[in-house]
Amino acid sequence: MSILVYTDHTEGRVRPVSLELVGQGRALADTLGLPLTALVIGDASGNAAAQAIAHGADHVWVAPGAAFTTFRAQAYAEALQAAIAAAEARIVLVPAVAGARDVAALAACALNIGLAADCTNLSLDDAGNLLAERPIYSGNIVTTVTFRSRPQMATVRPRSFALPERDPARTGEISELTINLSPLTDCEEVLAFAAAQTEAVSVDNASIVIAGGRGVKGPEGFAPLYELAQVLGGAVGASRAAVDAGWIPYPHQVGQTGKTVRPDLYIACGISGAIQHLAGMTNARTIVVINKDKDAPIFKVAQYGIVGDLFEIVPALTEAFRARLDR
Amino acid sequence: MKYVVCVKLTPDTEELGEVRAEDVAGTDLGVTMALNPWDEFAIEEALTLQENHGGDTVAITLGSDESVEALKRAVAMGIEETMLLSDPAFEGSDAWGVAYALARAIESLDSYDLILTGRQSVDGNSGLVPAGLAVKLGVPFVSQVAKVLELSESNVTVLRALEDGIQTVRVPLPAVLAVSKEINEPRYPNFMGIRKASRAQYLATAAADVPRLDVGQVGAASALLDWTDVRKPPARVTTCELISGATAVEQTAELVERLIADKVI
Repeated sequence: MSILVYTDHTEGRVRPVSLELVGQGRALADTLGLPLTALVIGDASGNAAAQAIAHGADHVWVAPGAAFTTFRAQAYAEALQAAIAAAEARIVLVPAVAGARDVAALAACALNIGLAADCTNLSLDDAGNLLAERPIYSGNIVTTVTFRSRPQMATVRPRSFALPERDPARTGEISELTINLSPLTDCEEVLAFAAAQTEAVSVDNASIVIAGGRGVKGPEGFAPLYELAQVLGGAVGASRAAVDAGWIPYPHQVGQTGKTVRPDLYIACGISGAIQHLAGMTNARTIVVINKDKDAPIFKVAQYGIVGDLFEIVPALTEAFRARLDR
Repeated sequence: MKYVVCVKLTPDTEELGEVRAEDVAGTDLGVTMALNPWDEFAIEEALTLQENHGGDTVAITLGSDESVEALKRAVAMGIEETMLLSDPAFEGSDAWGVAYALARAIESLDSYDLILTGRQSVDGNSGLVPAGLAVKLGVPFVSQVAKVLELSESNVTVLRALEDGIQTVRVPLPAVLAVSKEINEPRYPNFMGIRKASRAQYLATAAADVPRLDVGQVGAASALLDWTDVRKPPARVTTCELISGATAVEQTAELVERLIADKVI
């Protein structure tokens, strides 16, 4: 028996949330006295397996080969099913990110495993069963999911757990999975792939998010936000209004119909604070609001606010950080 | 070509915050209910595809009799046929139970080619039913569909948005597509649509009326999960301190000092 973590990666570059889950999986495994196994699908470099071991995995199952070079939901789900069997998984953890979410759902349903989706905290009860905390009703209610059977499975949002320390001296076993793919996997043909414009950090992995709304007034209005994000090593987010206006692409959207983020610092610039936006960002540790309208509802969730024109305040803030942090 | 859209009645997003923890397990949430906003994108896509490629549209929902409101909205937008799955036997189903019941209901239609769903519901938030539906039907599943590029009698080609880029994916029909909000701009129902929706008949289909539906696979008894300790999240207790100062430079310098003192930076 073991705890299994699905190690999501892009060409061997492991997504931070995967390592966060390796860290939490290690803690659960130690409590239960079980080994921690990881699954890496389709990485020719071997880097992802090495990373999983360095961050806490005892054993890595890999699924190499032509069937897995590009993401295909069905093929990846069948690899996960094979790994669950091979690892005799008692608990399975998967990052709640696009792609991996489908893999988890397809595999769990096919094996009739209970799956708690989009969790923000995990613990164990006295009998060693998983307790999975997750927001429901778009963050307005929270529940602790319990499981009636084993294995027990959860997808977990980025930044729910701390990134574990990397220990290059750690060693672990790596073995290849044997997978008999079903005819359904051949049905899914990936004809092309267009890589997204490479941004240093995505909005849901960022520890600092600088977000813009209607007040940025246009696509070029995001330029000062990007500058501030660059100085702070953060990501740029947006309200639905800014995305719907076509000023910034959808992957930046924070809120009910976008991403839910929980950074250490969220700086909302020119965002009024509709309920739907608040649903995506009120779990930030510190919220700073920059807005012309002192009555904007978003001030109600903020620790610090500056009433003023974001086109004056944001560049000044960038300069202030540059000077103070020597960046 | 038959387009099947699966929809759900959920709290109006403006009133989600008013839902009380103690009402979640019951049948009446005491708030205004509406079509799940994510489902509007699925309905719009079915209607657009029908306009371009012909075919028939049907909307299916599983829920209490009140769920008719979700179907009404679908009809008002332009969906032709509806199916309301309503039976005490379905109450307390988890995602796999709901997916199973929907799959059996879809199989009972005279045909089905493209099954469209929203990304998730604004109440349960799990996004599991679409994938479950594909598994229970034994057909391909593509989620995060940002665009339908091509539709033929035998297959569909779409754009799938992943974390690191966008794939062009082709799958044979029938298939389940969970659409993303980038895919379209849902239409507002017009007067004719609203009138049609209010005059349409919405007969409930019970579990026993769905061929090959095993009631042992649905309902609370078959669920693998329980929601325990349903509660409001801790309130965000903040008092916003407005940073004053004569100039933007003064204000921002003060803000930076505060954030550093708080160890946020």
